[in-house]
Amino acid sequence: MNFDLRLPIGILFTLFGLILTGFGLFTTSLGHNINISWGIVQLVFGSLMLFFALRKGKA
Amino acid sequence: MQIIPPISILASGTLAIGEGADTPEIDLHSVDYAILGVYILVVIGIGFVLKKYVKSASDFLTSGRSIPVWVTGLAFLSANLGAQEVIGMAASGAKYGIMTSHFYWVGAIPAMIFLAIFMMPFYYGSRARSVPEYLKLRFDEKTRGLNAISFAVMTVASSGASLHALAALLHLLLKWDYNFSLIVSSVVVLAYVLKGGLSSAIYTEVLQFFLIVLGFAPLVIIGLNDLGGWSGLTASLAKNNGAEFVHSWKYMGTTANPMGVEWFGMIFGLGFVLSFGYWCTDFLVVQRAMAAKTMGDARRTPIIGAIPKMLFPVIVILPGMIALGLAAKAGSGYSIPHGVTGATDYNLVIPSLIAHYLPTGMLGLALTALMASFMSGMAGNVTAFNTVWTYDIYQSYIGKGKSDAHYMWMAKFATVAGIVISIGFAYVAKNVDNIMDFLQLVFGFVNAPVFATFLLGMFWKRATGHGAFYGLLAGTLCAMVFHGISSPQLLKAGEVIPWVKGGWISHHYQFTSSMAQNFWLAIVAWSFCFVITIGISLATQRTKTDGELAGLVYSLTEKIKEVDEPMWKRPAVVGSIVLIIAVILNIIFW
Repeated sequence: MNFDLRLPIGILFTLFGLILTGFGLFTTSLGHNINISWGIVQLVFGSLMLFFALRKGKA
Repeated sequence: MQIIPPISILASGTLAIGEGADTPEIDLHSVDYAILGVYILVVIGIGFVLKKYVKSASDFLTSGRSIPVWVTGLAFLSANLGAQEVIGMAASGAKYGIMTSHFYWVGAIPAMIFLAIFMMPFYYGSRARSVPEYLKLRFDEKTRGLNAISFAVMTVASSGASLHALAALLHLLLKWDYNFSLIVSSVVVLAYVLKGGLSSAIYTEVLQFFLIVLGFAPLVIIGLNDLGGWSGLTASLAKNNGAEFVHSWKYMGTTANPMGVEWFGMIFGLGFVLSFGYWCTDFLVVQRAMAAKTMGDARRTPIIGAIPKMLFPVIVILPGMIALGLAAKAGSGYSIPHGVTGATDYNLVIPSLIAHYLPTGMLGLALTALMASFMSGMAGNVTAFNTVWTYDIYQSYIGKGKSDAHYMWMAKFATVAGIVISIGFAYVAKNVDNIMDFLQLVFGFVNAPVFATFLLGMFWKRATGHGAFYGLLAGTLCAMVFHGISSPQLLKAGEVIPWVKGGWISHHYQFTSSMAQNFWLAIVAWSFCFVITIGISLATQRTKTDGELAGLVYSLTEKIKEVDEPMWKRPAVVGSIVLIIAVILNIIFW
């Protein structure tokens, strides 16, 4: 099956990251806006998945 | 062949959720709905993309054995990671403390490694399309029929229980209409399973795995931060709840511990009978490994699943312990909610922590993770049901010798029927008191002896079809009788307990907890099935020749040589390392 699951995972978590980070910028025991910090985590994870999926697609 | 993962049954009973005075209420905003909407669109999109790969009944029901190993490995773990597990394990973490880790490091890892090294070669190598079909090849038609029919009933009942729990929880927390939640979640599952079949279910299970990790990890991070880290949490639990909450083995010499179980019942009852019976014979999880591309990948699948499984207590058990620590901390503003009876409702630990800690945005992510785990649990059950129905019941007894297109149509029909029956079960669970307790009890009787049949079938060529069939029936009957003569608590003279808890014949064996009763019921039923199967097999003639059993029995199957593979790809080597790490974890948290 020529279907790379990393692509939808990457899309999903990149979108989650964008939504959370965007909402976080718009609007805290950790001392910082949790939507921003966790949004960035999702964004990094999603981007990495997208990078590996698309790199494989080019190869 | 469990209705839901054994931990949920044994650790927290049916996932009964009811409203109490301090039940958390959650308000969702547009950003939360956006996250939920994105998830639903992506999973339905996956179903539509996978549709073009589904050209035959085999593609729909078994993925055509074409799924990459990292996907089958994570799906193997995620198939067991339904919401009952997420909510039930956090509840157990709050009730029993670190002892709950036994359900992972004793009650899962050894069985997963055993399946990978010893059993997958038979399941995968025999070309059986399902676990019941393996029983037909190894034993006979009646043994397959017994296993297939009981499994089919259990999977749709389990799916219905999951659906009911989801709708009840959403009604409780969000005030969503019960019928609306039921129908919407069913339609979403139907949309992606009907398009992509087993592949859809497997791929969305992997999405759900990442979603649960990324959705619930913030609860652990913020909770530990509030309590002064791991040392602060353990100090709080030891001071306020007792030292037994921070040790997994130290207090298991007797039953005087939160679980009420002693070490032998734990190791043999959970660690062997129930755990091996679930992880090594339940088609719902084994089906994921059977979808792998090669024999090597099929054997590596449970090992890949075992690695994150070892670490999952951090995500699912630790929140329960954090809830205990927070409840004891002055000024935290947190308490574990109470149910309708006024008693502490541990099943609400995860929802209450979400409400306490997560603001709009993160709230949507955590609730999406929770809903995803419910929905993928349902999808897993439905895809296991449609395979067993189509191959083991319909093709074997009703519509033999039809075309592949016909079986493809039947598989899709079974998918729709499975979801409709699940909805029916959900309404039954909602309207008939204790019906799910009763069903779980019956399924427990059926499941307790099943691993004895598989063990003898795979490792003793003299085991016969008659021995297997009547051994299974005898084991089930034995479980029923043992339940009738045992009670889950020490009774005072004249004290009566509901029959569904046991003791409906006498109170000959009185245990200190329902968990201890369940573990010993499994031990006795398994042992009885084992002995009866051997006895009847020796008294009856073999109907299968050595040639027919090649690839089905250990002594008659050519051993797989791993010498050509690098060390890190050899199941025996990696499995042994995983097992050693599990032992080390047990020692660290002794």
